[in-house]
Amino acid sequence: MAKKERPIKGAPTARDFKGDVNPDWCPGCGDFGVLSALQNAYAKCGRGNHDHLTVSGIGCSSNLPGFIHTYGMHTLHGRSLAVATGAKLANHDLNVVVTGGDGDGYGIGGNHFIHTMRKNIDLLYIVMNNETYGLTVGQASPTTQVGEQTYSTPFGNIETPLNPVAMAIVSGATYVARAFSAERAQLIELMYDGMQHKGFAFIDVISPCVTWKGEDTIFPYWKERVNFLENHDTSDKAAALEQAVKVGHDTQLGLFYHDTSRPSLDQMEPVLEDGPMAHQPLGVTPEQGAAIIKRMM
Amino acid sequence: MAKYDFVIAVGGAPGQGIETLGKSLGQICARYGLHVFTYSAYQSLIRGGHTFLTIRISSEPVANHGDEIDLIIALDKNSLEKHIPHVRPGGTLIYNSDDVRKQAPERDDIQLCPVPYKEFSSGIENRKIQKACLNTCMLGAALNLVGADLKTFEEIIIGALLKRKGQEVVDANIDVATKGYEHAENFTPFDTQFVKQEPALAFGEGNGIMAMGGAAAGVKFYSAYPMSPSTGVLRWMALNARTLGIMVRQCEDEISVINMVIGAAHAGCRAMCATSGGGFALMSEAIGSAAMMEIPIVVINVQRGGPSTGLPTKTEQGDLWQLLGASQGDFPKIIVAPTSIMDGFDTIPELFNLVDKFQCPGMVLSDLTLGMGYTTFDPDSINWQPKIDRGELITELGETDGEYLRFQITDSGISPRALPGTPGHIHVVATDDHDEDGGLISDEFTNPHKRRDIMEKRQRKMDGIVKLLPPPTLEGPEDAEVTLIGWGSTHGVISEAAQTLTEEGIVTNHIQFKWLYPMDEDAINEVLAKSAHAIIVECNYTGQFARFLRGETGFKADGHIRKYDGEPFMPHHIVDGVRELLIGKTELYVPYQEIVV
Repeated sequence: MAKKERPIKGAPTARDFKGDVNPDWCPGCGDFGVLSALQNAYAKCGRGNHDHLTVSGIGCSSNLPGFIHTYGMHTLHGRSLAVATGAKLANHDLNVVVTGGDGDGYGIGGNHFIHTMRKNIDLLYIVMNNETYGLTVGQASPTTQVGEQTYSTPFGNIETPLNPVAMAIVSGATYVARAFSAERAQLIELMYDGMQHKGFAFIDVISPCVTWKGEDTIFPYWKERVNFLENHDTSDKAAALEQAVKVGHDTQLGLFYHDTSRPSLDQMEPVLEDGPMAHQPLGVTPEQGAAIIKRMM
Repeated sequence: MAKYDFVIAVGGAPGQGIETLGKSLGQICARYGLHVFTYSAYQSLIRGGHTFLTIRISSEPVANHGDEIDLIIALDKNSLEKHIPHVRPGGTLIYNSDDVRKQAPERDDIQLCPVPYKEFSSGIENRKIQKACLNTCMLGAALNLVGADLKTFEEIIIGALLKRKGQEVVDANIDVATKGYEHAENFTPFDTQFVKQEPALAFGEGNGIMAMGGAAAGVKFYSAYPMSPSTGVLRWMALNARTLGIMVRQCEDEISVINMVIGAAHAGCRAMCATSGGGFALMSEAIGSAAMMEIPIVVINVQRGGPSTGLPTKTEQGDLWQLLGASQGDFPKIIVAPTSIMDGFDTIPELFNLVDKFQCPGMVLSDLTLGMGYTTFDPDSINWQPKIDRGELITELGETDGEYLRFQITDSGISPRALPGTPGHIHVVATDDHDEDGGLISDEFTNPHKRRDIMEKRQRKMDGIVKLLPPPTLEGPEDAEVTLIGWGSTHGVISEAAQTLTEEGIVTNHIQFKWLYPMDEDAINEVLAKSAHAIIVECNYTGQFARFLRGETGFKADGHIRKYDGEPFMPHHIVDGVRELLIGKTELYVPYQEIVV
């Protein structure tokens, strides 16, 4: 059965963004909440399905583009941000959303993570952070807690986990948030706002793995640790960092940092003044060619 | 008119303006309508070290740096000592006499031309400017000896420096150029002199000329990470991005470079990147992903000496097997090695049309010799409007009858490609293998029949590609004693060696391979069947091309000439090799590199 772009009648709803393939995630996986929230956020944008591009890497969560009804790219492990940057700069009319996991984004893709934030590329990056490499049966990831026994750390993890939210704030992201896949309303709002934000928007979503982290215990574990950010000035970078480094029972959810003053890269790039790269005429005009040759004589 | 063929070399330390001197001389030649090919032997240093630039000037098109050096300009003492043996008997050595206060250089079979630079530049008060003008003064002297006029040089100085550095610097340069020029009146000029011929030529660097080819081909997205000797492509693209409307990005690493290219190409741009061997290694995985997602991209590898970081500033043809084997699994791809600097310009649009048609990665094998070499060319020979064929591209709704299969199984293996943003054609492209609808066939959905179908669909594209790649031709006399076989950048030097051998009584023809992969076995064997005593010439240790050619066609050469010391072939290296191989005592000849920098 071929996929068709289903015509949307009236205002789009989350149903219009449901993909033809059903998710292959384990029952109870946190990623279901993220998928559903993303479908809602896309619908809230009011644009057609074909105006969105969902890009992912490799891992459990990176199978997401197959489950959503937009253009999609399911790229190599860790490379989603680089591919998405190329696509966005080639056609900045597209709403480009990048999804993936903590191993994909913070491990193998760590270098791209830092530099895409630094460049303030106009993307929404959603990381489903489950603190494990789920698809390869539960090894330690860059966000695994110290002491945790995993497939690759049978005697307990001795490496300090990184703090992606703090990292994003200092690396130049201009919209930085943390969410919890079970807190659906907040997640939809943050995703929608992140799509509207012009610049690099980042949401680290606590998306628990029920298979490797405890089917009955992992959601309660997080529920008693998360708190909603209150009385916080999102334009204050130092305050954002102060909130971001809180972990354990003091873990904060919400928008930490929002910088609306810094233009995104596509806004700063003069070659995009005539519209998306992909729509511009190809080649060199005779006049441009003559000018190039003149400089070589 | 007799053929004019003259070689000038310049030695000095980086920072002494050797490149500027070379560019000025090249531009002067180009304005005279004389052809130029340059080779710079340099080191991976910004200050200190040593550079030796060879500039061959000819009344006819020239594509290698020649065998002998007629005139050497030594900018420092080190170059003087190092290169005095490299002037041909009867040639001239120009040097700064301030460098040799105690003992003048000794060689009685050449003309020594000391230039008292300190005295000539005593009027320049600014010490920094004084130091920077040495190259100009020395070139002034050289121009007199070869019969070039000073006026052309003055025009070039003004053009290069007036806007950037101001009148004071221009005046200082012209003053010492004139003094050098007049000083050379005291010496014997060369017998053969510069003669103006039509048309005036343009002069440029190989990497830049390949970038120009990219612009002409419609490249709209270029990304790179700096890596010698490929950085010239980035430089040209960055300089011209705004006037030509090209998105140019420098990335955090080569993995990002190629993945950005893939993203941009998927969204509809013609996208390209360039690197050298090490950077290419980092790109490998993504090359397979472009083939899997059926996204057309062009990757240039400007080869340097390997393995590892190897020889950053030296040439080699050592990456052929890296390209052949880049990325896991089987997938359609095209590998091409331009045979000259100007061929680099034409190759890029040719390759883009192929990769757009067949939706697969295309790889270009250039090398330091082509990439960092400068050449002259007739401006009218440049085709700024090459054919642009984007293949089966869907950019609007059209008549889809509601069904679109991105990877539709077709006889040609080509499935019409819809760009993201196009209504009615929503699909996902994946690096995991997938069915014709884009649905994953890995993991729990693994289906051997679907896998076989999609694998065969992709590989069928190779049947179409191979038909469009022209086989090489036999150049030179049909009836020859020796056939030289080369690939890529060595065309110019092999062609000259074949001509010399023929003139000396060993009738030699040659075959140069440009399109390397896929190879049409029958068509190529037809050409190879015409070969005489076949000798494969290549710039690597293991005979990468000889092994590849044998694997693809069964053809076994009679002899091999290989060089892997970092320096490019000079014509006599090949001539000597052929003579040695014809004696029959060995099947492999490795030339000795005389000029050591």
